Formats: sequence, C-alpha cells, structure tokens
Amino acid sequence: MTATRSEYCVIACAEAWRDAGEILASPMGQIPSIGARLARLTFSPDLLLTDGEALLIRPDGTPEGWLPYRQHLALAMGGRRHVMMGASQIDRYGNQNISCIGDWARPRRQLLGVRGAPVNTLNHPTSYWVPTHSRRVFVEKVDLVCGVGYDHAAGARFHRIPRVVSDLGVLDFDTPDHSMRLASVHPGVTVEQVREATGFDLAVPDEVPYTREPTAHELELIREVLDPAGARTREVGA
Amino acid sequence: MSDKTMTADEVVSRLHDGMTLGIGGWGSRRKPMALVRALLRSDVTDLTIVSYGGPDVGMLAAAGRIRKLVAAFVTLDSIPLEPHYRAARERGAFELMEIDEAMFLWGLRAAAHRLPFLPVRAGTGSDVMRINPGLRTVTSPYDDGETFVAMPALRLDAALVHVNRADRLGNGQYLGPDPYFDDLFCEAAESAYVSCERIVDTAELTKAAPPQSLLVKRHTVTGVVEAPDGAHFTSCAPDYGRDEAAQREYATTPWPEFAAWYLGGGAYDRDPE
Repeated sequence: MTATRSEYCVIACAEAWRDAGEILASPMGQIPSIGARLARLTFSPDLLLTDGEALLIRPDGTPEGWLPYRQHLALAMGGRRHVMMGASQIDRYGNQNISCIGDWARPRRQLLGVRGAPVNTLNHPTSYWVPTHSRRVFVEKVDLVCGVGYDHAAGARFHRIPRVVSDLGVLDFDTPDHSMRLASVHPGVTVEQVREATGFDLAVPDEVPYTREPTAHELELIREVLDPAGARTREVGA
Repeated sequence: MSDKTMTADEVVSRLHDGMTLGIGGWGSRRKPMALVRALLRSDVTDLTIVSYGGPDVGMLAAAGRIRKLVAAFVTLDSIPLEPHYRAARERGAFELMEIDEAMFLWGLRAAAHRLPFLPVRAGTGSDVMRINPGLRTVTSPYDDGETFVAMPALRLDAALVHVNRADRLGNGQYLGPDPYFDDLFCEAAESAYVSCERIVDTAELTKAAPPQSLLVKRHTVTGVVEAPDGAHFTSCAPDYGRDEAAQREYATTPWPEFAAWYLGGGAYDRDPE
C-alpha cells in the first residue's frame, strides 16, 4: 500500500505525541485529530483525548472523564498537555498569529483573536499544524505575537515548541538559536519546494530525511477505523 | 424570600448607557440571546462588553452599542469567524482589550474574590502586553522569583447569563456538559440577570438532576427571566442544539435586514413576552 500526502501528514502529527505519557493531546484540525487518536491506538496508549467539548473520551468516542473549559485551563497551566494549534502566520522563531492580519489597531483582516495561545505557549509544549505551506503563512515577522516564539520566551520555564507540521514536511527548532529548521520532507516533496514556499531563510541540514512511512497497521487504522470518510483529504488533497 | 422573576424588558430597564456588562456562555453556546435581543430593542449604548464572544458580540457590534470589548476571541463555532464582529473591527468601530482565555478567567476570579488582580502565567512575551499597555506584571515574593502578568479584576456592573432551569429565587441549573463561566460572571457582577428555559419549583431542581448541576446561587442573582428558547440560535444542551440554519442566515444577511426581522417578530424572534 502506498501512503498519500494526507496520510504522511497524519503520521507526522501523530509523532508529536510519541513518548508523551499520560497527558492531554489537544489537536486543532482534522489531520492532527486523526494523528492524536492514531498515536493513542499505537505508540502512545496513555494519552488523554477530548471530544472538543467537555468530555475526555476513548478513541471509540465513549467518555472516560469530564473536562469543562475551566478545568481544561487548569490542566493546561498544570502542564499536562501538548496542543497542536493552527497558525495563520508563523515566523522563524515560532511566533504564531491567529488574531488579525495587518495593524492590530485597525486590522486589514480580523481573525479569531489570541484565544489560548499565550497561556499554552508558556505552560506546556505547543506544536503547530499548517495545511497549506506558503509564504503567506511562513512569514518573516508575524503581525501579532499570540503564541510565543523562542526569541520572545526569554527562557520561560515551560516553553517548548516541538514541531510544526505542514503539508510539505516537518519543521523544528533544533538549531543553536532556535530558528526554524527543516526536519523532514514528506515523500514527493523537494527541499527546494519547501524553501520556495517559506517567506524566510530556513535552516536546512545537508541531508534532509523523508517523513517516515506509516506501517501497514497504521494505514489500516487511518483508512478503516479513524477516518473512513476521508476527512483528511479535505484538509490536504490526496 | 423574594420572588425575583421579571421580564427581559424589566432587566434592560435596569441597564444604563456606559455600563460594563458581562455576557455568559462561550462562542455560540448558551448565550443569553433573549436578554441580548431585549437589549438590542432598547437604546442602551456605549457599553463595555466582557464576553467569551459569540453572536452576542457580533450583534451588539453591528448595532453600534459597544464602546469597548474585553475578549480573547469572537466565534460562531461552526462558523469560525464572526462576520459582524470582523466588519466592526475592520472599520475600527470600538476599543478592544484583547487578552488570553486564561487571563480572562483570572480577571473574573479576581473580581469575584474582591481582589485587585491575580497573577497568571500567560501573556508575557506575547503582543498581549503591547496592545494592552495598561497591563502590569508582578514578581513572585518567594524563592522562584518568577514574573507573572497581574491580571486586573474584570468587575462587572451587570451580568447576563442563560441556564436550563431556575427557580423564582435565582437558583440556576445547567443540564449540559459545560458550565462555561456563568457562575463566575454572576459572582463578578454588581447585579446579575439569569434567563432560563423554564422556571420550576425549587424542589423540582434536584428531582431530575444532581445538586452539583445547581451552578448559579441565588445570593448572586438579581433577576430571573423565564425565556423558552432563550439561547436560540446558539446551543442550550440538552434542551436544544445550535440552529445551524438560523445561524447561517444571521451570518450571511446584512445586519439591518436581519435585525428588522430578528427583533421585529420574524421567525427567529423568540421573545417570550
């Protein structure tokens, strides 16, 4: 069986929660959601999952706990969570913007608002999911810092941005100054393609590996158990 | 003990221009829409609105009633971006105090506990500090020496919330999965007005549901309004889900047209009076 691009994205998101232990996986978006459940069903069986509302659920959707918003915030501040948020803009140090485009005082495009990005990034690992890797998203400087990047974190005790997953590859901050680095490209993608779609100079190692292949069991879980309706292909084509 | 029942219009008659109003619910969930609708029918304006924002914010913004908004986001949930809020922001229609969700919670808690502020590990390093130059920080007096944002109390002149059941005294019950922050809104306010799907006898409240569903306590409540469908078109689980068709119509219809219908007896006008 050959994996498709959206399935490599699922695998790359799932890997964010490898060895995470008994913490809450909070995925935003279809592909991270499938990834979190895949991680729980395979290599991270202790993960907590939510229904996106007030319940903690098992992968089959049955409840195993109650987590209304205020307890969710307490859990986040307690650090037992790894969220994968979206990003309307993200820069080389991992500063993320979901609030507005243009000048905040009079935005050209009003978006959601800062939401919980400031509290997330200071209290527990925060990764990002970008379904369309482009220069509009990967920018030199974000218009408003919502999620705090490494250059703004000033050694904050619990700040960590493990990875950014896009439809083209996986990026991390494993460089001396914590600037963004290309960690892997999804099969079928070239390094040049990623460079071209990124609005700043990306750190690129001499050898860039491919995102790993899913196992036959993982592919079966994705296709037959977790996403038989193909929600993943609505976020990333094919 | 006093019967606190009143109509939505009586609630609004107690509100004045320039007040700070907290509105309960979350996004497009369990918003006190019957009270918001009564507010929209009045001429009360120049408001500071404190809300985990949904269509309450969008409507009041579209109607030009907001002088200042305190929020972490505004969304319709199934429609991620609130179109009327967006339009108002893009024309610079009001002042905004944009803060993180946790900062917002700590602000309500500080007000409820009569504290001037509470420390919170959120906001530092983000542009929340730049766009709110009035925010101060505080350093732990203990060995850790960590610096926190000193989130100021979000004191409210009045709070508006909607719950599933209430009695005439102001004991409010939620039957859905999430209390949101409605009890805190009431505790943080000088006066609080609770609308509900149905007013029942006090003894009735714990016949059908456990006592921990009694979210809002009567000592924090000034008025109780019976408003069936009072959260429509937002959700009020388990009594009803979000009316997606109505919400889509709200989101795609120019406000003056929607308002004429929504406030003037159209199909979505669920005015109980």
